[in-house]
Amino acid sequence: MAIRRAMSGRIMDRTAVVGARYMSSWWRSVQPAPKDPILGVTEAFLADQSPDKVNVGVGAYRDDNGKPVVLECVREAERRIAGNLNMEYLPMGGSVKMVEETLKLAYGENSELIKEKRIAAVQALSGTGACRLFADFQKRFCPDSQIYIPVPTWANHHNIWRDAQVSQKTYHYYHPESKGLDFAAMIDDIKNAPNGSFFLLHACAHNPTGVDPSEEQWREISHHIKAKGHFAFFDMAYQGFASGDPEKDAKAIRIFLEDGHHIGIAQSYAKNMGLYGQRVGCLSVLCEDKKQAVAVKSQLQQLARPMYSNPPVHGALIVSTILSDPDLKKQWLKEVKVMADRIIGMRTALRGNLEKLGSPLSWQHITNQIGMFCYSGLTPEQVDRLTNEFHIYMTRNGRISMAGVTTGNVKYLANAIHEVTK
Amino acid sequence: MRPEFTSPSSSSSSSADRRLNALVRHLATASTVSQTTVAFSPTSGFHGDSVFSHVVRAPEDPILGVTVAYNKDPSPVKLNLGVGAYRTEEGKPLVLNVVRKAEQMLLNDKSRVKEYLPIVGIAEFNKLSAQLIFGADSPAIGENRVTTVQCLSGTGSLRVGAEFLARHYHQKTIYIPQPTWGNHPKVFTLAGLSVKTYRYYDPTTRGLNFQGLLEDLGSTPSGSIVLLHACAHNPTGVDPTRQQWEQIRQLMRSKALLPFFDSAYQGFASGNLDEDAQSIRMFVADGGECFVAQSYAKNMGLYGERVGALSVVCTAADVASKVESQLKLVIRPMFSNPPIHGASIVATILKDSNMFNEWTIELKAMADRIISMRKQLFDALRARGTPGDWSHIIKQIGMFTFTGLNSKQVEFMTREYHIYMTSDGRISMAGLSSKTVPHLADAIHAAVTRMS
Repeated sequence: MAIRRAMSGRIMDRTAVVGARYMSSWWRSVQPAPKDPILGVTEAFLADQSPDKVNVGVGAYRDDNGKPVVLECVREAERRIAGNLNMEYLPMGGSVKMVEETLKLAYGENSELIKEKRIAAVQALSGTGACRLFADFQKRFCPDSQIYIPVPTWANHHNIWRDAQVSQKTYHYYHPESKGLDFAAMIDDIKNAPNGSFFLLHACAHNPTGVDPSEEQWREISHHIKAKGHFAFFDMAYQGFASGDPEKDAKAIRIFLEDGHHIGIAQSYAKNMGLYGQRVGCLSVLCEDKKQAVAVKSQLQQLARPMYSNPPVHGALIVSTILSDPDLKKQWLKEVKVMADRIIGMRTALRGNLEKLGSPLSWQHITNQIGMFCYSGLTPEQVDRLTNEFHIYMTRNGRISMAGVTTGNVKYLANAIHEVTK
Repeated sequence: MRPEFTSPSSSSSSSADRRLNALVRHLATASTVSQTTVAFSPTSGFHGDSVFSHVVRAPEDPILGVTVAYNKDPSPVKLNLGVGAYRTEEGKPLVLNVVRKAEQMLLNDKSRVKEYLPIVGIAEFNKLSAQLIFGADSPAIGENRVTTVQCLSGTGSLRVGAEFLARHYHQKTIYIPQPTWGNHPKVFTLAGLSVKTYRYYDPTTRGLNFQGLLEDLGSTPSGSIVLLHACAHNPTGVDPTRQQWEQIRQLMRSKALLPFFDSAYQGFASGNLDEDAQSIRMFVADGGECFVAQSYAKNMGLYGERVGALSVVCTAADVASKVESQLKLVIRPMFSNPPIHGASIVATILKDSNMFNEWTIELKAMADRIISMRKQLFDALRARGTPGDWSHIIKQIGMFTFTGLNSKQVEFMTREYHIYMTSDGRISMAGLSSKTVPHLADAIHAAVTRMS
């Protein structure tokens, strides 16, 4: 104890220290960074003392009591894992078992592509990590390529490809007037992009708008992307969460696979398994053949190694435990449907309440849109009023996280929205 | 006028009808741009060229590749002295009792959720990690001059720190010791820094080339970044003495060189946590700035959970705060926020004085077993009369011994004795047991006497 005290603290006589007069900071010129627009909302919410406060900011699921949920299948999986296994390093590519099961979800339970081993896949740090790994891979092997990102999109997409130093462009997506898809402009952008561009597509439950192309529209998108030789990269963060049925939510991907695209996919278990903080996901790249897949996977590992060496094991074990046990998997599918249904129910309730209040505006988009988010159409000023006058927290682009809506607060929320829009 | 197709389609018309309608719309478009016609075969397998056709298979990671080769070997006497993960006397991986206990506590706490952590991770974990490495009484902590962010083990901490430096520091070159952990150069290069080396290991003495080190650091441009292994240098096991550290410190501060410590073995080297942190604490005590990457992979056996922390010690509190905000901008587009499980285990242990004590005891047991293996191997080689001076085995510290064997000898040992190690002659002492020391000693003896 005495040694500890003696060794830390000022044992060095300052005057004896060489270079003491050079002790100004190297970091004085570092500017304070702006707060993250999404995560900053929750910070502000937590600081608010009002009993009426509502958090419809960050996209994390809440039950009807506004509480975070740990799925029962996850609790059971954790019980089975604890005390049984060691904590050795995973391979650089992560848990093979977890990746195998994850590919089945995206590509199909009996996918020929999986059987033919044509998919290069590695465990990644949730959706963010999967996108970043792909962006780094894109930079390394297609350095002159551009990524086309929809407007709007999850804000971090821009950061990811920027930090990977991939040149980025945008394509039309959201149509503010109809609060739906700007399909014609989107197709135009696909046609006008230089051949061989990379397109970022949200597989389902577009974030932040909740506007998804119809099946028909996906087929056309696929056709035009194919005609231009573009690369389709899917960010699938909400499989199962959108419609309640993971197979249905993978439809866009399946269409592209049928059409023969060599796609890439970022998958996340943050929302659909409620594993947010565990950071579990998967990056996959469909290749021409098995040999290519081996090469691509090895290169993805080369990018992961200098970033974090190998991915965290705990979350991956939870996923593989659940997905490889038929009963647990069934339970998971049930629990995902419950979450998705609750959200769909809240959409109906919110729209219903607004219409009952006699709002002059159309709120059809609330039930047209799908997934966790609703792009309300509220202006930043209206959002500020909601926060300042009603203690309702959302991102300033008017994105409402439906997961934060409950039977307890939906009337209050509808009322407040009505007040600032009437 | 091109019809707007904005609402989700109804399910009333058949799929074929909708297909036809889509085709008609395209053909009727007023502003047609001539395009190459593409065979419209939606169900054909299109095995055309991938944009990644040119990607070639990467070579195996030299360190992790050793275990891959080991796993393939059917020999019953095979020995894995490759990757630096601790093994018990029985050759088994070890999960510390105190870690199991912490795990159970977390499992039984029904109020725990799996929400996203803040970008910088668990606040308590960060605070306790800083205290662990800098000392609870560190003035840097007391004056709020330290920012600590949770990262993915040592690798992740190094990467985040290096990316920050590449963006905000005026010098973009980092000097790394020769040799160093194989992954260091790639971490820094991919982060945007250029990498140079300084002399460190002396093959003739199998000890520190102190003169060379001082000369090389003395001739680096002012302000350069210098990577320092806090203790238990990987791969050589050769550490500077206390006096040598003091000289290094003085030289570095006189040239305003920025220290970036990699602390992967605190407590694992000597068996004492404070002892193994001395080099870092000397630098912090002089009031200057430094970066520290901390890992809990080895000392808490949390390898696969990827638990670590990056600390930046600044000269002022407001500066530390600004630095933290910029670290967040590095982290968010890399992985958004760190994994919760491992850091929760660490925080649980560090904040409970009983569990902390239990941990120090289990940690010392691991370090002591390794020190014992060193002694046994040294004695075994002496008993065999193996030519050469093998005292470096007991002089070096930490998980690894740089045997001094060359790659031909290493290859021989793998081929004839099924002993797996990295080709630079580095062996992981953690992979040895009393039972296997004789086999290794035989192999070294054979390699030295039969291969030069």
